[in-house]
Amino acid sequence: MDSQLKGAKLRFPRRLALGAAALSMLAASAFAAPPTAEVNTTGLAVTDTEVVVGQLHSATGTMAISETGSIQAERLAIEQINAAGGILGRQIKVIQEDGASDWPTFAEKSRKLLVNDKVAAVFGCWTSASRKAVLPVFERENGLLYYPTFYEGLEQSKNVVYTGQEATQQILAGLDWVAKEKEAKTYYLLGSDYIWPRTSMKIARKHIETVLGGKVVGEEYYPLGHTQFGSLINKVKLKKPDVVFAAVVGGSNVAFYKQLKAAGVTAEKQTLLTLSVTEDELLGIGGENMAGFYASMKYFQSLDNPNNAAFVEAFKAKYGQDAVIGDVTQAAYLGPWLWKAAVEKAGSFDVDKVVAATPGIELTTAPEGYVKVHENQHLWSKTRIGEVLPNGQFKVVYESDLIEPNPFPKGYQ
Amino acid sequence: MNSTLDRFVGGKQGAIGLAILAALILVVFPLLLDAFRLNMVGKYLTYAFVAVGLVLCWGYGGILSLGQGIFFGLGGYCMAMFLKLEASDPESTKIQSTPGIPDFMDWNQITELPWFWEPFNSFGFTLLAVIAVPVILALVIGVAMFKRRVGDVYFSIVTQAIALILTVLIIGQQGLTGGVNGITDLKTLMGWDIRSDEAKLILYFVNAFLLLGCILIGKFILTSKLGRLLMAMRDKEERVRFCGYDVAAFKIFVFCVGAAFAAIGGAMFTLQVGFMSPSFVGIVPSIEMVIFCAVGGRLSLLGAVYGALLVNFGKTYFSETLPELWLFLMGGLFIAVVMYFPNGLAGLWQSHGQKWLVRLQTKLRKPTPPAPLPRNDKRDDGESKPLAAAEPSKLETSV
Repeated sequence: MDSQLKGAKLRFPRRLALGAAALSMLAASAFAAPPTAEVNTTGLAVTDTEVVVGQLHSATGTMAISETGSIQAERLAIEQINAAGGILGRQIKVIQEDGASDWPTFAEKSRKLLVNDKVAAVFGCWTSASRKAVLPVFERENGLLYYPTFYEGLEQSKNVVYTGQEATQQILAGLDWVAKEKEAKTYYLLGSDYIWPRTSMKIARKHIETVLGGKVVGEEYYPLGHTQFGSLINKVKLKKPDVVFAAVVGGSNVAFYKQLKAAGVTAEKQTLLTLSVTEDELLGIGGENMAGFYASMKYFQSLDNPNNAAFVEAFKAKYGQDAVIGDVTQAAYLGPWLWKAAVEKAGSFDVDKVVAATPGIELTTAPEGYVKVHENQHLWSKTRIGEVLPNGQFKVVYESDLIEPNPFPKGYQ
Repeated sequence: MNSTLDRFVGGKQGAIGLAILAALILVVFPLLLDAFRLNMVGKYLTYAFVAVGLVLCWGYGGILSLGQGIFFGLGGYCMAMFLKLEASDPESTKIQSTPGIPDFMDWNQITELPWFWEPFNSFGFTLLAVIAVPVILALVIGVAMFKRRVGDVYFSIVTQAIALILTVLIIGQQGLTGGVNGITDLKTLMGWDIRSDEAKLILYFVNAFLLLGCILIGKFILTSKLGRLLMAMRDKEERVRFCGYDVAAFKIFVFCVGAAFAAIGGAMFTLQVGFMSPSFVGIVPSIEMVIFCAVGGRLSLLGAVYGALLVNFGKTYFSETLPELWLFLMGGLFIAVVMYFPNGLAGLWQSHGQKWLVRLQTKLRKPTPPAPLPRNDKRDDGESKPLAAAEPSKLETSV
């Protein structure tokens, strides 16, 4: 009202100019950013210029070393999206919370992000335990979580998009490859004692015994943080399995591979395929201690394609030339991009609409190549076998076709 | 009648302190905080149960238990088992190979509910077990240790070892316990959805009343003859023994009371947070619980509550505002408390706050009696009224 009255007193040319300016501004905003009332009907933290998302990883505690890569990759993706104009004309603002490697803290912080901050999406969690702790919160508050880690499957929530591989994707391709290339018949299964290795080995055993016609000659689990693998190494030497299939995690990894090498169990004498060593872990283990062993992952830093070259360059430019990128880091990088694609497809930030738009989203710019979201909100992805090089990188020796995600594998439960 | 009441609240001083605390958690917090923050305060208050128990054991009994997480965890697990069974009805678990058992059992190829889970189908049994299981364990530990006169630092170390053993056991037996993930995804309590905001509010008040109840029990114990014996034991155990008292029995008793308090806290934690995991059982959380008690002041039941609130509030606040730096700030807070206020918040209150309160009282009284102050204590009836009138204003100023 006020501005109209003032405008009426102005002389004609200025009024025209003002009117034209107002019109052009209106038009610009209509093209760049649809009105907030339209894209946000559920009271999320979205303004005309900004959309708030949450980031929930462990910046402190024992998991910090693993989760830092994910934090960095998500930040990088968000910066790149912002630099390219944001989402629906809005810049992404991040609220970072620290889960502190403590599961109840994760639950508390996820509630804070969803209830107090009303974030439109959360990128976060790493361990299964932290995901299990926040899952009821996300389901109850109808939040949206992008979870980056390869994990055991047996879960499918409409409030979670799983950007890492579930167990069958990672395991079956790896076992098929080793059975064919190395003519493996006998397998020794080995893991840290918690749900992911146990479920993975359950699937592996079924596949080895029923599909590959092989034999499992040993299956053992060690507590998290275990560092004495002498007796295990003796058993491996005694049984001489064609393949040691390992899912040892965290600090145990360093002790395990160093002791293997010290005991003379090296790649010349023993084939070993692991599910749990990425470039990040190799930093701690040392490439020379593992050279010649294999890892089954969907992504290696050394993947040779233009997407990955650009990603690695941007990552190193931001976080230093010595930065390494592991499987989970790349999966975390996909999160914001998948969310962007889904929001733009839905034309809305509303969680229900984004979820509805999510299946079928394709990402041709992914560093790992091409991914597509399945109805079960896991990704179609390829599995690669990498051979450890002494410099802490992997040489990709095999690449599968796109594998369908199957978190509840029939016949493997 | 009056004297019993006095013993429960611990005299006029105690009554005022208790009233302030009750007003704070029953009125001020619910009025000022939204549902989310109130639920968080509810969570902090569950740790206060442990801290109150530690004041009895450590501050007055001289028994420094570095394994209170054991009892907190056991209480919490008992409650979680009941809630998990209720959440795992055959209908909602029909995608499993064996419907009707908790999901983590199904993942671990368990096809039948283990025998020790069976009784947790009953709510009555669960309520009993929440207290009984930890207390029986505390009794066993107590008898084994105190009857043999194991005390001091050896006792602390053994409690740590038990906390570690229990953690390893829970994580290792993941098919039976949920392993490192814990027991998650708890939904209803006898058909009542515990995840809704109204339920959280009700649980908050249940929790608050239980806590006040525990504090009253604690005060009753401390003002009784038993309390005096505990202090005597703490200061010179031999002397009490030579007087003919069975020292071990008192120690076992107070240790069991501490365990029972911790267990109630654990059960309330499960109800309010919606899951239980081995990360509350181990050494680190157990030591944290001692820190709550130390910050609050190990000689003050009320101080312990403030300690638990302050430390946890600090944790949340610092970690929200400075996610990268907050651990250093918490470390700084603990160092400051140990260096400058060895008796914690309660000590600070006694050395500074009370003086100030006395000054305030004298200021308030001055206008009414023209006579000089020192004779105050002789006039009983005339004195009680102005004091009572002064109380509400004191209440406000202290809050």
